Amino acid sequence: MSNDIKIKKGLNINLKGDAEKTTENAIISNYCTIRPEDFHSIIPKLVAKEGTKVKAGETVFYNKDAEDMKFVSPVSGEVVEVARGERRRIMAIKIQADKEQTYVDFGKFNLDAADADKVKAHLLASGCWPFIKQRPYDVIANPNKSPKAIFVSGYASAPLAADYDYVLQGKEAEMQAAIIALGKLTEGQVHVSVGKNSNSPLAGLSGITLHKVSGPHPSGNVGTQINKIDPINKGEVVWTINPQDLVVIGELLLTGKFNAERIVALVGSSVKKPRYFKTKIGSEIATMVYDNGVDKDGNDRIISGNVLSGKQIKPDGALDYYSNTVTVIPEGDDYEFFGWNKPVFNKISTSRAMTFSWLNPKKKYDLNTNTNGEHRAFVVTGSYEEVFPLDIYPMQILKACMYQDLDEMEALGMYEVAPEDFALTEFICVSKQPHQKIIRQGLDLMLKEIG
Amino acid sequence: MSLKSNLHNLKEKYKGTKMAPAFNALHTFLYLPNETTHGGTHIKVADDLKRTMNTVIMSLIPCLIFGMFNAGYQHYLALGEISQATGFFDSVFWSWDNLVIGLWKVLPLVIVSYGVGLAIEFVFAVIKGHEVEEGYLVTGMLVPLIVPVDTPLWMLAVAVAFGVVIGKEVFGGTGMNILNPALTIRAFLFFAYPTWMSGDKVWVHGAVARDKAIAAGENLDAISGETILGSLAQGKEITYSVWDMFTGLIPGSVGETSAVLILLGGLFLIFTKIGSWRIMLSSVLGALAMGLIFNGVVDAGWIGEGSKFYGLMSTEFWHHLLIGGFAFGTVFMATDPVTASQTNKGKWIYGFLIGFISILIRVFNPAYPEGVMLAILLMNVFAPTIDHYVVQGNVKRRMKRLKAKTA
Repeated sequence: MSNDIKIKKGLNINLKGDAEKTTENAIISNYCTIRPEDFHSIIPKLVAKEGTKVKAGETVFYNKDAEDMKFVSPVSGEVVEVARGERRRIMAIKIQADKEQTYVDFGKFNLDAADADKVKAHLLASGCWPFIKQRPYDVIANPNKSPKAIFVSGYASAPLAADYDYVLQGKEAEMQAAIIALGKLTEGQVHVSVGKNSNSPLAGLSGITLHKVSGPHPSGNVGTQINKIDPINKGEVVWTINPQDLVVIGELLLTGKFNAERIVALVGSSVKKPRYFKTKIGSEIATMVYDNGVDKDGNDRIISGNVLSGKQIKPDGALDYYSNTVTVIPEGDDYEFFGWNKPVFNKISTSRAMTFSWLNPKKKYDLNTNTNGEHRAFVVTGSYEEVFPLDIYPMQILKACMYQDLDEMEALGMYEVAPEDFALTEFICVSKQPHQKIIRQGLDLMLKEIG
Repeated sequence: MSLKSNLHNLKEKYKGTKMAPAFNALHTFLYLPNETTHGGTHIKVADDLKRTMNTVIMSLIPCLIFGMFNAGYQHYLALGEISQATGFFDSVFWSWDNLVIGLWKVLPLVIVSYGVGLAIEFVFAVIKGHEVEEGYLVTGMLVPLIVPVDTPLWMLAVAVAFGVVIGKEVFGGTGMNILNPALTIRAFLFFAYPTWMSGDKVWVHGAVARDKAIAAGENLDAISGETILGSLAQGKEITYSVWDMFTGLIPGSVGETSAVLILLGGLFLIFTKIGSWRIMLSSVLGALAMGLIFNGVVDAGWIGEGSKFYGLMSTEFWHHLLIGGFAFGTVFMATDPVTASQTNKGKWIYGFLIGFISILIRVFNPAYPEGVMLAILLMNVFAPTIDHYVVQGNVKRRMKRLKAKTA
């Protein structure tokens, strides 16, 4: 069965530096870094202290509030550094990788015989649980609540995002195993979406409800799809998971190994030859970025993730736990003479206020990180709605978050949203308001007050 | 050292001091700042608030220039020194003499409006430690265009001070105000100095001075510069053709007379997506609806020629769009995004009611035959209420979904 989802409101941001469809093995990284901040709202309890030897798949820390939930090492090696920040908060755990990788053997999982509890326990113990996120609140799923449905978006519409059709090739068996396992965890359906004209390996899986998506970004955002397929009501929970993480889960179930390998797109206008690399979660970015055509002395920003909702990382930083894209774009820390009133041809705009990107919607742009203006109060109205396909009033909900009115946030649809749903409105915001941050803080407040 | 790096060093020097907002306001006027994104999206669109406001100002420039020529034209025409222009492009209108009068009378209005308003904005920014917001750039341009040409400058200064402080800053500055600041300023002028804001003496430069001279015993002809609305309200004959009304060769506030240039400005705003076409269109529809109702009342014979409302009620319904400040208010004031309805559905209702009430006030208000100012201010007050009910529609839909699930 296939249901079409057609999105009209939105905006495709065409940037230079799309990845060519070839994959190289990245140089094996000497270090692997896990940052607890990737797992929002989780308080880590460290198991592997400095000097501990770990195998790939061995627990590094667990969730203080749910001890079953383990977070495991993507590589085998020695924990060489536990970096701490204010009030001894763990910022990063650095593991020196062995030359010869060894894996914890979780054992081949008998899918047919397993019930929901067994699947759950297996995923929690093997470090695969953190791949499953939940809404409301956009945090790692609470294992004690059963979701009404599970959503997987196999369509990436974000600017320069890795093409799922390409990176998932040949992974049908793993994904099928993961889908069967996840299917046992919900009474509802497992909704999988693919691009309308794609030949995604996801389309052939069984046990799913397939949706074909078309339209501009954010049509590929899982939040958009949830809103169109089966919106979340108060008290309900849905889970979301990235298709590439399905592969990791599937491989664990089939072989018993936690294999953190992932195909990552290195993209952006600062990359000389953008293409795909096979690497591991937590790998150092530097070797991949600088050995492959990014100017070492260049003034660039490296982003783990896409340009809209990825995280800025330092040149010595590591790949984020969830990202499958590394974007490198020029920094924009320079002044522009009369930049606020002269005609603009080389930047994207949704207005036509002496900006001319509307003349050529197909053109690819080389945007930098300049804000193109200063932070202001909300003034312009009606522009967010043009790029926001959810049945929610974006400006009103943002304001409700700012003045922290929980009742209003709830009434306006806060349970349905994640920060990334507000990436486009943030991108086009004339007042340069930090929409994603406002939503994140709003969600955190609700999580704390309502739970 | 280039200007760029010099200014950068100065900015670093002022950073954290009280004067930083004032310096930054001037600095960012010259240079787009070197700020980069952090935390959210890594790229941003080209537009900022300065560009948005600047677009509105650009759409007002034709009205301003026309207003200057018209000031001189109406002056000399009233004095009898020139004959009536035969059309929009007549050189009688576009003459140096007219422009000189216009520059002499209108530029000081612009300078006082910007000078006083921006000074207050800077002071507030420095005291409260926030950046100088761009809202006043538009307000400062609107104000000289919606006052009579002979408005004394000190009155304008007092009104601007009142409007900026009470109309905007007490609410928290740009983006937070409830009433349109430019209209607050005009309303203040209107209620504080009514003799300077209505009647048949204020619309043409020199008329008031001439009146005083006559009163002092000089043997001169009085200059009369009644607006079309004023004439209609008193049931007088209209001497202007529809074409004159459309092109704007009529007395009135400085920049409000030329419907054709306002239309151009409006189309520019719609094209650039800065102005809301929903508000403009629905406001026009509202005005036409009310005009048709009044025409219908007259046709039905309910109102006789003796009635004091007959003049305005019997005006062809679509003429209402061309006369008075309706067109200017609809295009440039009703569309102010901060004080208008913020939801798309709300904008339709808001705009329609502005048009509807404008004509209503225009016809029934004996003292002041223009309603658009009061109509917009009234709807400014109701805009949040309209939005509330529109948003409640969305909330109710969500509740219903929940009920259907749990039932």
